Amino acid sequence: MAGNAWRSTVSRVVGAMKSQASHPRTFSRGLQTVTLIPGDGIGPEISTAVMKIFEAAKAPIQWEERNVTAIKGPGGKWMIPTEAKDSMDKSKIGLKGPLKTPIAAGHPSMNLLLRKTFDLYANVRPCVSIEGYKTPYTDVDLVTIRENTEGEYSGIEHVIVDGVVQSIKLITEEASQRIAEYAFEYARNNQRASVTAVHKANIMRMSDGLFLRKCREVAENFKDIKFTEMYLDTVCLNMVQDPTQFDVLVMPNLYGDILSDLCAGLIGGLGVTPSGNIGANGVAIFESVHGTAPDIAGKDLANPTALLLSAVMMLRHMGLHGQAKKIETACFDTIRDKKVLTKDLGGNSKCSEFTGEICRRVQDME
Amino acid sequence: MGDCALIKHAPPPAKYGGRHTVTLIPGDGIGPELLTHVRELFRFCCVPVDFEIVSIDSKSTSDDDMNNAITAIRRNGVALKGNIETNHNLPPSHISRNNILRTSLDLYANVIHCQTLPGVRTRHRDVDIIIIRENTEGEYSSLEHENVPGVVECLKIITRKKSLRIAEYAFNAARQNGRRRVTAVHKANIMKLGDGLFLQCCKEVAAGYPEITFDSMIVDNTTMQLVSKPQQFDVMVMPNLYGSVISNVCAGLVGGPGLVPGANYGKDYAVFETATRNTGKSIANKNIANPTATLLASCLMLDHLRLHGYASMIRKAILATVSETRLHTADLGGQGTTSEVVQSVMREIESKGPRTSEQI
Repeated sequence: MAGNAWRSTVSRVVGAMKSQASHPRTFSRGLQTVTLIPGDGIGPEISTAVMKIFEAAKAPIQWEERNVTAIKGPGGKWMIPTEAKDSMDKSKIGLKGPLKTPIAAGHPSMNLLLRKTFDLYANVRPCVSIEGYKTPYTDVDLVTIRENTEGEYSGIEHVIVDGVVQSIKLITEEASQRIAEYAFEYARNNQRASVTAVHKANIMRMSDGLFLRKCREVAENFKDIKFTEMYLDTVCLNMVQDPTQFDVLVMPNLYGDILSDLCAGLIGGLGVTPSGNIGANGVAIFESVHGTAPDIAGKDLANPTALLLSAVMMLRHMGLHGQAKKIETACFDTIRDKKVLTKDLGGNSKCSEFTGEICRRVQDME
Repeated sequence: MGDCALIKHAPPPAKYGGRHTVTLIPGDGIGPELLTHVRELFRFCCVPVDFEIVSIDSKSTSDDDMNNAITAIRRNGVALKGNIETNHNLPPSHISRNNILRTSLDLYANVIHCQTLPGVRTRHRDVDIIIIRENTEGEYSSLEHENVPGVVECLKIITRKKSLRIAEYAFNAARQNGRRRVTAVHKANIMKLGDGLFLQCCKEVAAGYPEITFDSMIVDNTTMQLVSKPQQFDVMVMPNLYGSVISNVCAGLVGGPGLVPGANYGKDYAVFETATRNTGKSIANKNIANPTATLLASCLMLDHLRLHGYASMIRKAILATVSETRLHTADLGGQGTTSEVVQSVMREIESKGPRTSEQI
């Protein structure tokens, strides 16, 4: 009936606008506070680099530096320091450098702690080929969206009898629905044409079957986005032959871990890959996913590209597309030019020189 | 590609007049047509193998087909198979037929040799990786339950016994083939107990093979390394699921699903198929599927039966055909048909002249 068609069109448009609004309000006026967690190893120097570049671009960001070394709270539970939590709860946006995972420190990994504290349920990694940083793969432009709270990383393991270990993979309807909804909304908000659910439901009939079912259900509400499903092994097989066929991929935790790193490898590795973690209650933490590189820490040799591109992703999340484009272009132009590159990109310039070059380009764009 | 079976297994004895009987499971998709080509080729070459065809209906929930197939393989000792589709419309209690076959026959080692082939254009050159994947436990244990509606648990089982067994197989294969390095792929930083046990077992077995370097790598880093520098890998050993990921990545690196054969070995039985186990539904019955992987799998089977003469003869012809770009099928970027490839293999064999019984 015409009336129903009209109503459904209106609700679809309103729904789209609502999901735009579910992102934090645009920060075009005034400074926006971002909680900055420099991290360990090369973390502080690449954070400084990013702050310098943002200053040169006159981005309306006010940084609030915080430390997240684990402390034992009341009741003996490990938690992040209150100042850090309060800052993040207020600003809702975080930028994080690499954190070292101490072995035998008694507390769980810091990344895990952050994830649990802010219920960071979606890990988003856009993988785009960087012109000027040549890899065997060209024209890669895909996004992996990984469920980050359950699945194979539930941490539930038991020794049943000596020599027999059981690890539990947990899939819940709620988490699957939540990640599927995020994936489709992301696709819609970023003008992506299709979402592919990655699974192994031929083997893990019930668990991946549930995940797949929820994806199919959510797809019904996003008829403007094409929905496909593909086995994990087929995705791997096709990804290394022709990555251009993929757009947005959504999947449970382990597959997401493997695939997001596989895709990072296609474009040049963790040193140039941005990453964002979306939490419930509007919190979003963007981070570089490489290690702390203790061997080059403090020597002005680090490559800030990964953290910078994550910060660009952060600007887009905040609606500051103009600033984001400016900084991203400056970064890509510098890499394409090949004159000032850090060692891992094939050059022999210092981190500060690389940063300076990007700042110069950003300022020239004014 | 001197790809004799990597470890010498005892083949079943040839009972009737020197002829072997092999179970053939056509499967779904491109399986039936490609296996028909295998039979055609074997007849042409007068290979002393008779096929006992056992069909498995993927739409049926009855266990009869599976039981027949398993009995036949137990009787014959060897099988060649296509992939059986898992019907998603059936309830979760309906377990993958391929999986049941592997676990019932305890085909604990899935062995895949990925090598760059001359004449096939790929992004990476000089890839030569042997993947040894635990084939019966891990994430494929098919142990799932729904605790309360909307909450599902899937159990990944790792046992000391099976981990030691597959590690032993891997190091033995490395030693027998003069390979220098074995890399264990794992995620023991997250699955500390499960993958931790697997890694521990690999380390224990490694101690008995001092001439072979043993190292380990986390699975996500492994995939990253594979797409940038695959030449660094030699032999890789891993639990079931990571095996699926790594073998598909490696197959993609050397040219795709149409080229790489796979073998599943147990103590008493061996089943041969393509490495990436695809049904290829969308290209079935169109004469466009690449038969290379299936034909090479049949050569692995012939080696297993100690029919080395036939195996090398056919393998040489296949490799000569693959290097002929104008015969490449669609998956390799060409326009050749399946039958053209098979005809070319037969012509290649014919051109080498008649074989006397001394040669075979």
